[in-house]
Amino acid sequence: MTKFIFKRLLEAIPTLLVLITVSFFLMRFAPGNPFSSERSLPPQVKANIEAKYGFDKPVVEQYFNYLKNLVQGDLGPSFKYKDYTVNELVAQALPVSAKIGAAAFILAVLIGVSLGTLAALKQNSWIDYLVMSGAMVGVVIPSFVLAPVLVLIFAIGLKWLPAGGWNGGAVQFMVLPVVGMMMHYISSIARIMRGSMIEVMSSNFIRTARAKGLASSYIVLHHALRPAILPVVSYLGPAFVGIITGSVVIETIFGLPGIGQLFVNGALNRDYSMVLGLTILVGALTITFNAIVDILYAVIDPKIRY
Amino acid sequence: MFVSKEKSQAIANAAESLEIEGRSLWQDARRRFFRNKAAVVSLVILTLISLLVIIGPHLSEYAFDDTDWSAMHVGPSIESGHYFGTDSLGRDLFVRTLMGGQISLMVGLLGAIVAMLIGTLYGATSGFIGGRVDQVMMRVLEILYSFPFMFFVILLVTFFGRNILLIFLAIGAVSWLDMARIVRGQTLSLKRKEFIEAAHVCGVSKWKIITRHIVPNVLGIVVVYATLLVPSMILFESFLSFLGLGVQEPMTSWGALLNEGSQSMEIALWQLLFPAGFMVTTLFCFNFIGDGLRDALDPKDR
Amino acid sequence: MKLLEVQDLEVKFATPEGDVVAVNKLNFSLDKGQTLGIVGESGSGKSQTAFALMGLLAKNGQISGSAKFAGQEILNLPEQQLNHIRAEQIAMIFQDPMTSLNPYMKVGVQLMEVLIKHKGMSKQEAFQHSVRMLDAVKMPEAKKRMSMYPHEFSGGMRQRVMIAMALLCQPKLLIADEPTTALDVTVQAQIMALLNELKADFDTSIIMITHDLGVVAGICDSVLVMYAGRTMEYGSVRDIFYQPTHPYTQGLLKAIPRLDTQGETLPTIPGNPPNLLRLPVGCPFQQRCGFVSEQCQQAAPELIEFAAGRQRACFHSFTNTSGSQS
Repeated sequence: MTKFIFKRLLEAIPTLLVLITVSFFLMRFAPGNPFSSERSLPPQVKANIEAKYGFDKPVVEQYFNYLKNLVQGDLGPSFKYKDYTVNELVAQALPVSAKIGAAAFILAVLIGVSLGTLAALKQNSWIDYLVMSGAMVGVVIPSFVLAPVLVLIFAIGLKWLPAGGWNGGAVQFMVLPVVGMMMHYISSIARIMRGSMIEVMSSNFIRTARAKGLASSYIVLHHALRPAILPVVSYLGPAFVGIITGSVVIETIFGLPGIGQLFVNGALNRDYSMVLGLTILVGALTITFNAIVDILYAVIDPKIRY
Repeated sequence: MFVSKEKSQAIANAAESLEIEGRSLWQDARRRFFRNKAAVVSLVILTLISLLVIIGPHLSEYAFDDTDWSAMHVGPSIESGHYFGTDSLGRDLFVRTLMGGQISLMVGLLGAIVAMLIGTLYGATSGFIGGRVDQVMMRVLEILYSFPFMFFVILLVTFFGRNILLIFLAIGAVSWLDMARIVRGQTLSLKRKEFIEAAHVCGVSKWKIITRHIVPNVLGIVVVYATLLVPSMILFESFLSFLGLGVQEPMTSWGALLNEGSQSMEIALWQLLFPAGFMVTTLFCFNFIGDGLRDALDPKDR
Repeated sequence: MKLLEVQDLEVKFATPEGDVVAVNKLNFSLDKGQTLGIVGESGSGKSQTAFALMGLLAKNGQISGSAKFAGQEILNLPEQQLNHIRAEQIAMIFQDPMTSLNPYMKVGVQLMEVLIKHKGMSKQEAFQHSVRMLDAVKMPEAKKRMSMYPHEFSGGMRQRVMIAMALLCQPKLLIADEPTTALDVTVQAQIMALLNELKADFDTSIIMITHDLGVVAGICDSVLVMYAGRTMEYGSVRDIFYQPTHPYTQGLLKAIPRLDTQGETLPTIPGNPPNLLRLPVGCPFQQRCGFVSEQCQQAAPELIEFAAGRQRACFHSFTNTSGSQS
C-alpha cells in the first residue's frame, strides 16, 4: 500500500511539469508583452522594468529561472500590484477560497450521498421522486443563475443574509456562497449515488447478507455503502475541479477576496505572473487531489492490486 | 467536461449492444425515444427556441445595439415594443436576449463540432494503431484530464484576445477528452470484430476499412454524444461571458446578459429573468433530450 | 411434528406484462435430519420456493399459503422476526459463490458478524468460532484465510466459506440452492461429500435444490420434481429413481448420460419449458409430453397421492406411462 501511494504521488510529478511548461510558454509566446499596455513609457524605463522581471534574458533561461523559483515555492512578483509578490497575494486569498470550497465540497458529498441513498432505498416512492426531480433542477441550473436568485430571495427580499462580502469569514457571510456553489454537486452526487446504490442492493451478496438475518440498516451501512460509494469517489476529481472553477464565478458574484477573484482580475489586468502562478497552483492542487482520489479508491476497493 | 459520467457510460454500454445486435437496435432506440414524453416535448421547445432566436430579432423594430437614452431600464411592455424591457443603456432586451441566444447556441454547436472532430480523430487513431502509440496517447489523455481547463481557457482568452472564434475553438479544444475515450473504445472493439478481420483477410485496404467500416459504425455514438456536449458548451461560454471574458460589447450572449442582469436585478429584475429563463429552459431541454437518448439506447430501469 | 410443513405455497410476481405465477400450490414436508431434493429445469420455480421460505423474494413478489417451521408460521413474517429465523433456524447457500460473498469485506468479518449478531459473541469468541467452522469445512490454513478477501479464493473455496457461514449458528434446516452448479466437476464432488458429512455431524435437515439427478441420488431421502411452478411427482428417492411414474420424471432420468450405453445419442426432452406468462390451458407439460391426450389440453391434472408418500400429477394411468422404463 505505501508503495502504491508513493508510486501514485511520483506519477503526478511529470504531469505537473507538463502543466508548468505548457502554461509558461503559452504565456511567453502570447502576442505583446506584459507592459505593452503601459503605453507612454520611455524606452529606457521600459528596458529597466523588463530587466527587473528578467524579460531581457532568453526565454529558455527565463523558464529555468522560473522553475528554480517555483521549486522554492516562489511564484515571482505581481506585474500589476508592484509592491506585492504573487505569493503574498495568494496567501491572503487562498484561505477565503479554501474555506468556502471545502465547506461546499464536504457538504455536497455528505448531503448528496445521503439523499442518493435515501432515494435508492425508497425507490419509486414520493421521496425518490422528490429527490430526483430536485436533483434534475440542481444539475441543470448553473451557479451563476442560482447565486443571483439566492441573493434576490434571501438577501434583498427576506433580508436574512448579507448579499456579499467576506467579513473575516463569519458564518452568515458564507451561507449563500456555499449554497450557490454546492447545489449542482449535491444533485450530481445524489444521482450517481442513487444509481449505484440501487445496483448494489440488487446484487447477490446483499441477498446473502439478508439471508444471514442481518438488519436492513446494518446491511446498508456495512455491506452496501462501500461498493455503492465507489462511483461517487471517481466523481470527486471532476467535482473538485468544478468547485475550484466555480469559485471564480461565486467570488465575483459575492465579492469575495478569494483566488477566483484574484484570477479574474489578473486576467483582466493582464497580470501575467499572477495568472500563470494561479494556473500552476490550481493545477498542482488538482493533480494532487486526483492522486489522493486514486489512493482512496484503492483503499475502498480491495480488488485493485497495487 | 460537464457531461455526466453516467451518460457517457450509458452511451458506451449502448454502443456495445448496438454492435452485437445490429441496426434494428437503432430503430428500437428511435421508437423508445419518441415514446419518452419529456424528451419529445423538449425537442419541440428547443426547436421553437431555435426558430425564435433566428427569426425573432428581425421582427422587432429595434436593433440589438440601438441605445435609447430616453428609455433606460424600462420594464417590459407590449405597447412600447420593448417586450422584455430595456437594459441600462436603453437597448431592447427582447432583441438582445434572442441575439444572445444566437451566439450561445452557435457557440454550443460549433464547440461541440470542434470537440467531436478532435475527439474522434484522436480516439480513432489511438484505437486503430494500438500498441505503444495507443499507450502514449492514452497517457497524454490522462494527463490532460487533470488540467484545470477553465483556467487554461481564461489564460488563452486573456493572452490572445477575446474573439468569438477563439472562444469556441478553445472551448471545443478542451472538451474532446471524453469523446476521444469513447471513440477509442469503440474502435478497439470494432477492430476485433469478425467482419473487420474478414475484410482484412480479403485484402481490403486499411483506408477503406476505416472509411467503409469503422467510421459508419462509430458515427452514431459520436453524434449522440455530441448532442450531449452542446449544453455543456453553452454553459462554458456563458461562464466566460459572465466573467466578462467571453463575447464583447455590443455583441452579447446569455452569459453576458446574465451578468448585466445580476448587477441590476434590484432595480430591473426582468434583465435577469428573461435571459435566465431562456437559458435554463434550453439547458433543461438538452438535459431531457440527453436523458431520453440515454434511456433509448440503454433501456435499463434507473 | 414435522420440521417443515409447506401447504399450498404460491409465489406470484407482478410484472408489467401481467402476473407470473412462479410457484403454484406446492405441498411438501420435511422431517428432522432428512434431505429433500427439489428437482427441475431452470425457471421451474425451485429457487423461488427457497427464496419464499427465506423471505428473500424480489420486491414485486407475493406469497400465499402456509409454511410451518417447527410449528411456527414463517411466511410473510415482519423483517425483525424473520431475522431470527434466518441463520439461526434456517440458513441458505447460493448458486454462485463467486458473487454471493461481499467482495469488499474480509471473509472473516463476514463470518464473524453472524455470530456477533445472533449469538452476541465478542469479537474474539466469534473469531475463534469462525476459524473452527472453517476448519470443519476443511479450509486449509483457516486462520490466515480469515483476513483475506473473497477474490483471493477459488470458487470451491468460496463455496466452503458459504457453507461454513450457513452452519455457524447450527441451523436446523439448510437450504442449498444449486450449490455446485457454478463449480468444476471435481470440486462439485468435494462439496457434495462435505455436505453429506456435515449433515451427519450437525444433524441438519437439508433442502437440496438442483437440476442434477446425480446430486439427488447421492444425498436425498425424498424428491420433489417441479415443472412450471407445479409439483409433477413427489416420493422417496428410491421410488423416484426405480419407479418413476410421471412422463416428465422419466424424461429427466433418461436424459442422464450413462457410461454403459455407448454410441447412442442421449435421449432428451424435446422443446423448452413454457413461458410462465403464457402457460397453455391444461397440463403445463403437454407440449413436450409423449403421452399427451385431449384430456391434458382441457384441465391441469390434480396432484394425487396414489400410494403412501407418493404423489403425481398426471391423467395417464400408472401402467401406461411406466411401460417404457427399463
